[in-house]
Amino acid sequence: MARLTADDEPVTLSEAPARSLTMIEAINDALDTMLERDPDVILMGEDIGYFGGVFRCTAGLQEKYGHTRVFDTPISECGIIGVAVGMGAYGLRPVPEIQFADYIYPGLDQLISEAARLRYRSAGEFIAPLTVRSPFGGGIFGGQTHSQSPEALFTHVAGLKTVVPSTPHDAKGLLIAAIEDNDPVVFFEPKRIYNGPFDGYYDRPTRPWKDHPDARVPEGYYSIPLGKARIVREGSALTVLAYGTMVHVAEGVCREKGVDAEIIDLRTLVPLDIEAVENSVEKTGKCLVLHEATRTSGFGAELAALVQERCFYHLEAPVERVTGFDTPYPHSLEWAYFPGPIRVGEAIDKLLEA
Amino acid sequence: MARAASSSSGKTKRAPAKKPAAQATASAGKSGDNFALHSLQEAFQQDPRFDATAEELLTFYERMLLIRRFEEKAGQLYGLGLIGGFCHLYIGQEAVAVGLQDALQGGKDSVITGYRDHGHMLAYGIDPKIIMAELTGRQAGISHGKGGSMHMFSTEHAFYGGHGIVGAQVPLGAGLAFAHKYRGDGGVCMAYFGDGAANQGQVYETFNMASLWKLPIVFVIENNQYAMGTSVKRSSAETEFYRRGTAFRIPGMKVNGMDVLEVRKAAEIAVAHVRDGNGPVLMELNTYRYRGHSMSDPAKYRTREEVQGVRDHSDPIEGAKAELIKLGVDEDKLKDLDKRIRAQVAEAADFAESSPEPAPSELYTDVLVETY
Ligand SMILES: Cc1ncc(C[n+]2csc(CCOP(=O)(O)OP(=O)(O)O)c2C)c(N)n1
Ligand SMILES: [Mg+2]
Repeated sequence: MARLTADDEPVTLSEAPARSLTMIEAINDALDTMLERDPDVILMGEDIGYFGGVFRCTAGLQEKYGHTRVFDTPISECGIIGVAVGMGAYGLRPVPEIQFADYIYPGLDQLISEAARLRYRSAGEFIAPLTVRSPFGGGIFGGQTHSQSPEALFTHVAGLKTVVPSTPHDAKGLLIAAIEDNDPVVFFEPKRIYNGPFDGYYDRPTRPWKDHPDARVPEGYYSIPLGKARIVREGSALTVLAYGTMVHVAEGVCREKGVDAEIIDLRTLVPLDIEAVENSVEKTGKCLVLHEATRTSGFGAELAALVQERCFYHLEAPVERVTGFDTPYPHSLEWAYFPGPIRVGEAIDKLLEA
Repeated sequence: MARAASSSSGKTKRAPAKKPAAQATASAGKSGDNFALHSLQEAFQQDPRFDATAEELLTFYERMLLIRRFEEKAGQLYGLGLIGGFCHLYIGQEAVAVGLQDALQGGKDSVITGYRDHGHMLAYGIDPKIIMAELTGRQAGISHGKGGSMHMFSTEHAFYGGHGIVGAQVPLGAGLAFAHKYRGDGGVCMAYFGDGAANQGQVYETFNMASLWKLPIVFVIENNQYAMGTSVKRSSAETEFYRRGTAFRIPGMKVNGMDVLEVRKAAEIAVAHVRDGNGPVLMELNTYRYRGHSMSDPAKYRTREEVQGVRDHSDPIEGAKAELIKLGVDEDKLKDLDKRIRAQVAEAADFAESSPEPAPSELYTDVLVETY
């Protein structure tokens, strides 16, 4: 599959030797690369050092870079994020991990009131260049405390950037860009696709990343600019806006149904590549927005509003949303809850018929 | 009726009561600072084992064995794919919930804990069937399959959960205690949390409020030595958790959580102090979890020998069993008991496997009071 960025510019070092990595390995590779390049980069989090992280994203890094740069913290999310803000203000570049996005809430005060506001209230004198990494999203039978998609809480806060990769290739390039970015970035890793591109057909054998073209990850340093969407598939029948796991669900449905959709992987929600969205919807005249998160005040609501503001006269049908239901993430009935291929397929049919 | 602790066999097994000189002196000085903070521990150390009859000990044994067999079965069902997601077993820690529960007054006192909650539920007499059915995510489960292993509740037993967010239950416990006091119902709250949870900031906000407002709450730190893969010494500046209330003027107690009679005795002292309106007590129960943190734990952070050592030398169930036999309880009787419990657990597992899943409409119930 051809990789196209919104502005058609190659963003990887095509000459660098590439190999197939899982998203976990790609994230590990990004962290390794940045620890190597920049002595101010520091990793911290629950079980990330000695144990290498519950998903193994930091495996081997403490051995390589020592306990001063890669270390375990107590279970103290508010403290972890707050300490990272202070480190950042003094010039370090901390990359705290919050073990699951569901555990980020104790640290919200530090993220919202301190990290997001520091630059503004010091008139640019101080910055908070931390990158908070956190696995998010459902599909792993995690119930309400291991499955949530809280991205809209962060996109709603001025002063934070929110990034969600959907492939190993992007995970590495975006994470490097996030770490280098001088603003606070919340980097959500869709844990359902850590080990393979899950398309929502939960009753079929899981695919590994191995043979996926976007699992080819160049060695060494490269970055993907924040705010540039990726056109996963060009098409003319409708535009599908997605990020994280839902990119793969959309791809799967379009493949199964033979729909000529244009699928856009937003990659970063803030800053948003609105141009890519606009160009596509102007071309297709129809727009479907997908996310796992609950519907009301979800990021899809923002996307729908932007599309109608900017593309109203090109629209041939109302913008459709397929999202999680407005309930806590359930323990049983996960596949009824998850916005899987059936619901996505129905929405596509509806738009095509419109 | 033979009394376990007062029988000669019980006495010889009892840990010698230690009386550190410094504490003894402090206690001499009327109601000095140190006295207030150490008095409970001192009283406990003078006679640290509950004076149980053979029948009482047998009851404790039975409750502990039910927890162990239930958890073993839950582990099996998980292996078979009948339980999904996250499931944290209580094996090794049975004496803690059983010993503490017995000192509470049913119908009066409340209890709250974290996600490693199956053992507490069973210790509080909740039907194993509806617990197991919650683990398998069925409609008949105690939360209709919507909470899962980590989120179980019972108003009937004043069991306030079952909370997946580490440390979050601690302030809730103080709220329960406040309500006991407000209503004047004489109840106390027992709030359990782990050695890892003890590093959450909200725990200390709660200590301060509970002590300031003299709330009837027993804080229980189940120190099983690890928080996931992080050992206590790698995460905690003060590893003697019972001391952590000192700055808030909360007396601490350090208890061997592998001996149900010690736990029971310590609980009695703590609960009496709290019920008398003296404010909170902080208990540290030293214990050990034999299994991984959850079901997907490679357990590389500790050696097999370490785990085996605890199993061989301080298992709470084996300890109680040896004591029962010394007290003259027939071994066959204990075997029959085990059989009965295994049958009870097998029945719970059958029930949990055969009950239907919740209807999809259940997704939308109990989000808010109103249906929507
Ligand atoms: C706020 C929050 N942070 C992190 C987690 C992930 N987590 C679940 S259990 C656990 C370890 C807790 O250890 P401890 O308090 O000692 O309890 P134990 O598991 O030993 O019973 C962690 C880090 C969580 N559930 N909630
Ligand atoms: Mg622990």
